[in-house]
Amino acid sequence: MTTTEVLIHDLVEKHGKSRNALMPVLQGVVACEKFLSEEAMIAVARELDLSAADVYGTASFYTFLDTKPRGKNIVRVCKTISCHMQGKDAIIKAIENHLMVKVGETSPDKKFTLLTANCLGWCHKGPVMLINDEVFPSVTPEKAIEIIEEFAKKTI
Amino acid sequence: MDQKPLKKIDIIFGWDDKCTPIQVVEKTIKKTPENIILDMIDSGLKGRGGAGFPTGLKWKFCRNEESEVKYVICNADEGEPGTFKDREILDKVPEKIFAGMTICGYVIGAREGYIYVRGEYNFMLKTLQQKIDIFNQQLHDMKVDFHVFLRSGSGAYVCGEESALFESMEGKRGEPRNKPPYPTVAGYNNKPTVINNVETLVYTSEICRMGPEQFKALGTNDSRGSKVFSVSGDTPIAGIYELELGMPLRDFVDEFGDGDTKAIQVGGASGHCVPRKKFNDTIIGFEGIPTGGSMMIFNSSRSMYNVLHDYLEFFTEESCGQCTPCRIGCQQLLKGIEAVKKGERPPTYLDDLKRLTATMKIAAKCGLGQSVANPFTSIVDNFREEIIY
Repeated sequence: MTTTEVLIHDLVEKHGKSRNALMPVLQGVVACEKFLSEEAMIAVARELDLSAADVYGTASFYTFLDTKPRGKNIVRVCKTISCHMQGKDAIIKAIENHLMVKVGETSPDKKFTLLTANCLGWCHKGPVMLINDEVFPSVTPEKAIEIIEEFAKKTI
Repeated sequence: MDQKPLKKIDIIFGWDDKCTPIQVVEKTIKKTPENIILDMIDSGLKGRGGAGFPTGLKWKFCRNEESEVKYVICNADEGEPGTFKDREILDKVPEKIFAGMTICGYVIGAREGYIYVRGEYNFMLKTLQQKIDIFNQQLHDMKVDFHVFLRSGSGAYVCGEESALFESMEGKRGEPRNKPPYPTVAGYNNKPTVINNVETLVYTSEICRMGPEQFKALGTNDSRGSKVFSVSGDTPIAGIYELELGMPLRDFVDEFGDGDTKAIQVGGASGHCVPRKKFNDTIIGFEGIPTGGSMMIFNSSRSMYNVLHDYLEFFTEESCGQCTPCRIGCQQLLKGIEAVKKGERPPTYLDDLKRLTATMKIAAKCGLGQSVANPFTSIVDNFREEIIY
């Protein structure tokens, strides 16, 4: 078995072999691999006895269940109104320049994917960004770059 | 109209050492389920997620259903732009949520409760799970047959719609179902289910702690009690505040505005925009403008075109795409205001777009598509020049 298959097998053991386990299993794969490869979705389908199309159907509905290859860290900058008013454009621009990518792209060293997100629930402390599951409220362009640099150092 | 001056309250985040959440459970389950339902109805508590359905009735309907298996679900898929109160409650006083769920489980006859937390709040899952484990152990020690579980979403706003949330928990696309049947008849796994907002569940446990009288004394006839507000935008004191319901918007602006408030969006992107000239005669509550708690303040430096554009972009992206009025409607509204702004369409085109929102209101399948009319008409009607020029 490949590492992905082993991971999926373990997740199914943990969450049970039912359709209700599909979301937790897909979330578990994304937590480790950052996105759902075709191989992963087929393996999930096999383990849960669903059609691969069904698994893709569910996965493709959710923003956080990416089906496209992503970098080792996913940066999501909130773009909804409150963060917009508090300067999210400057944050996005700073990160784009620093990583030399546009929103939606992955840096050449595969360390970061830059995305935007709808309201992250920190409207009183915007602009806010998520890196993977970690949240960083009240960021400035300088602070955003510092945080990204720290993640870059931690990522091999 | 019945109204109350602005008053800060401390029920949700307050802590009573002599009566902790688990002690509230212990005390409450000595009563009969019928009496607890009567207390809930008597308190006048209505759902705090935005729709405002009377909580006691919801519990009663579900209790009346014959079924071996029933569920309690806590809707923590807080995605409405401008709302962040549930995160704070989950962070500060989660035990009160668990207590509310347990009491609800006892009342309706459910043995399992699920908290569905939005994926954006994944960072709190670990601590939350630890607190759930402690609480479940306490329930076990008290020989209460109820267990709390944790589930998380994956970044879909529409999953805050109750039936879409069930679909998501069942491993499907988060597409809302037709209603009826309502969740109290056929919810999660098609079993009778009570689904309540985070804040509502906390109030249920607080009403059990202090009795319905004290809760009922707050607010107005139609809007009993208090409510947690998420205040953001052009304000020097953004944050979370629990306020008595039924205050005039004027009081709110005086307390939270920056002195130059032009408009307030009450109830998030799907809510209503109230312009300055209506501050005096708008009441925050079910008799006026109800809200899930989001209060976004805009001062005169803000372009209401940009605000509306942001909202429409949000809805276009978050529409689940299942029904045509919402999927196509949101896109056309967005394109439409862009065209009017650029002068490619005459200003009267805005009236055609308003008719489109009226169609969406009656034809869209769920609250998402139905409520786009709220921000659209309230912004276009009050700030027409800003949309055109």
